[in-house]
Amino acid sequence: MNHPAEFTLSRRGLLQTGAASLAVPVQLAAAATPASPPAAAAESSRAGVPMSVNLTVNGKAQRLAVDPRTTLLDALREHLHLTGTKKGCDHGQCGACTVIVNGRRINSCLTLAVMQEGSEVTTIEGLGQPDNLHPLQAAFVKHDGYQCGYCTPGQICSAVGMLQEVKQGIPSHVTGDLTAQPLLSPSEMRERMSGNICRCGAYSNIIDAISEVGGVKA
Amino acid sequence: MKAFTFERAASPAQALAAAARAPGARFIAGGTNLLDLMKLEIETPQHLIDVNGLGLDKIEATPEGGLRIGALVRNTDLAADARVRRDYGVLSRALLAGASGQLRNQATTAGNLLQRTRCPYFYDTAQPCNKRQPGSGCAALGGISRQHAVVGSSDACIATHPSDMAVAMRLLDAGVETMQPNGARRTIPIADFHRLPGNTPHIETALTAGELITAVTLPAPLGGKHIYQKVRDRSSYAFALVSVAAVLQPDGTGRVALGGVAHRPWRVEAADQALPQGAKATTALLLAGARPTEHNAFKITLVERTLDSVLAAARSRA
Repeated sequence: MNHPAEFTLSRRGLLQTGAASLAVPVQLAAAATPASPPAAAAESSRAGVPMSVNLTVNGKAQRLAVDPRTTLLDALREHLHLTGTKKGCDHGQCGACTVIVNGRRINSCLTLAVMQEGSEVTTIEGLGQPDNLHPLQAAFVKHDGYQCGYCTPGQICSAVGMLQEVKQGIPSHVTGDLTAQPLLSPSEMRERMSGNICRCGAYSNIIDAISEVGGVKA
Repeated sequence: MKAFTFERAASPAQALAAAARAPGARFIAGGTNLLDLMKLEIETPQHLIDVNGLGLDKIEATPEGGLRIGALVRNTDLAADARVRRDYGVLSRALLAGASGQLRNQATTAGNLLQRTRCPYFYDTAQPCNKRQPGSGCAALGGISRQHAVVGSSDACIATHPSDMAVAMRLLDAGVETMQPNGARRTIPIADFHRLPGNTPHIETALTAGELITAVTLPAPLGGKHIYQKVRDRSSYAFALVSVAAVLQPDGTGRVALGGVAHRPWRVEAADQALPQGAKATTALLLAGARPTEHNAFKITLVERTLDSVLAAARSRA
């Protein structure tokens, strides 16, 4: 299965070709925007003209020219070809698009790329590589924390952010004492991971994987 | 998504000037609600003003002994603030009962107040909705209305306000600080901030065109037991069927507000006086004049029972 060199077109190659063909200059936007755009302030886009944005993605500086409508998710997938981050619902309900921005997990489908000027973004590709897995990636493999795998990058990025939030003392809905340092427990993990949906229902194995890395007996 | 132009503002003055130049522009901060609605073309602004660079992200003590919460303070940071956890536990609890960890990391204090309803007929652009398209009618009336308002509704709209945070702020008598395009500042009491639907359900708040929320203030702490109990169809990451926010003192007095029952966070000050008499008497005053539909009449009973549970919890923690 894993011999992409033998094929003239891999699935990833197809995706990249598709994305490249989408990247031709977008001119149709001009027709839909007001004839006289508002006078420019400090940093303003002009109708129908891509706007530039600087991001650091997985440690690498990137300068992109994007239609202002481009979400961070689409910028990662279609412009930078980092297709590990998945588009599920595209409305912040499923968590498949979760990435870490400036140290915090967020839904990349619900923020515009142009709103993230100067941000540091970490995607699943930046957490670890096949020969050097992040501890959570390794734990998901060990505990079989998936079936189809589509939600997995979001689950892992979310779990990385979640463990950090607990360390920082951020309480949750199920934290008993608001003024005490929250403890990591299975019920805390379930509540804190509720923004990540797994349609295969691998939740119990996901909790096992996160528990191992978080040092909890599930 | 409809095309729009985009600019970043670096100060409140710059944001206000930008809004004045482009009528119909929208401020964007967290974006978790606005972008969702823009993707569905329910919101179609022609210009977006990014206010994330305005520096309104601090929580400060006020001379009156309360807190001033910057408009851009993220929901996570507000819920986790040590002063909020200690002195305004009901606010921390309400925030943590809403949305998901990812959304709370992005959503802001002002944006949370400005959330639009999750009425499914508002979201379905094939349906009439007086809020989305004034004068088109209300598909929720006569539709499936299990989630909808039971009190303060009108023949034009039975939508609810979805925020948990706003219910706690209503309970705590917060103030919404704003700047208007001419630079004038004012503080809108939270009781006057969200409107009832009446015949104009598309006008949801007291904000005027181009007005910018800069902060939310909380009066000095009330003491007492702080409880936020939310009842929903799943145990996490769902909007309220009903929620009860309460601050209760050892002598049985206190105050109470409700979520999930009206077009705005619901509080009836006179009902607070009935708290020592129990949930039944208090609910009767809170929901006087309620007009539930056949699908959501259960919310009346649910409010009373949830309040009863909150009062019992306050007694047991005494």
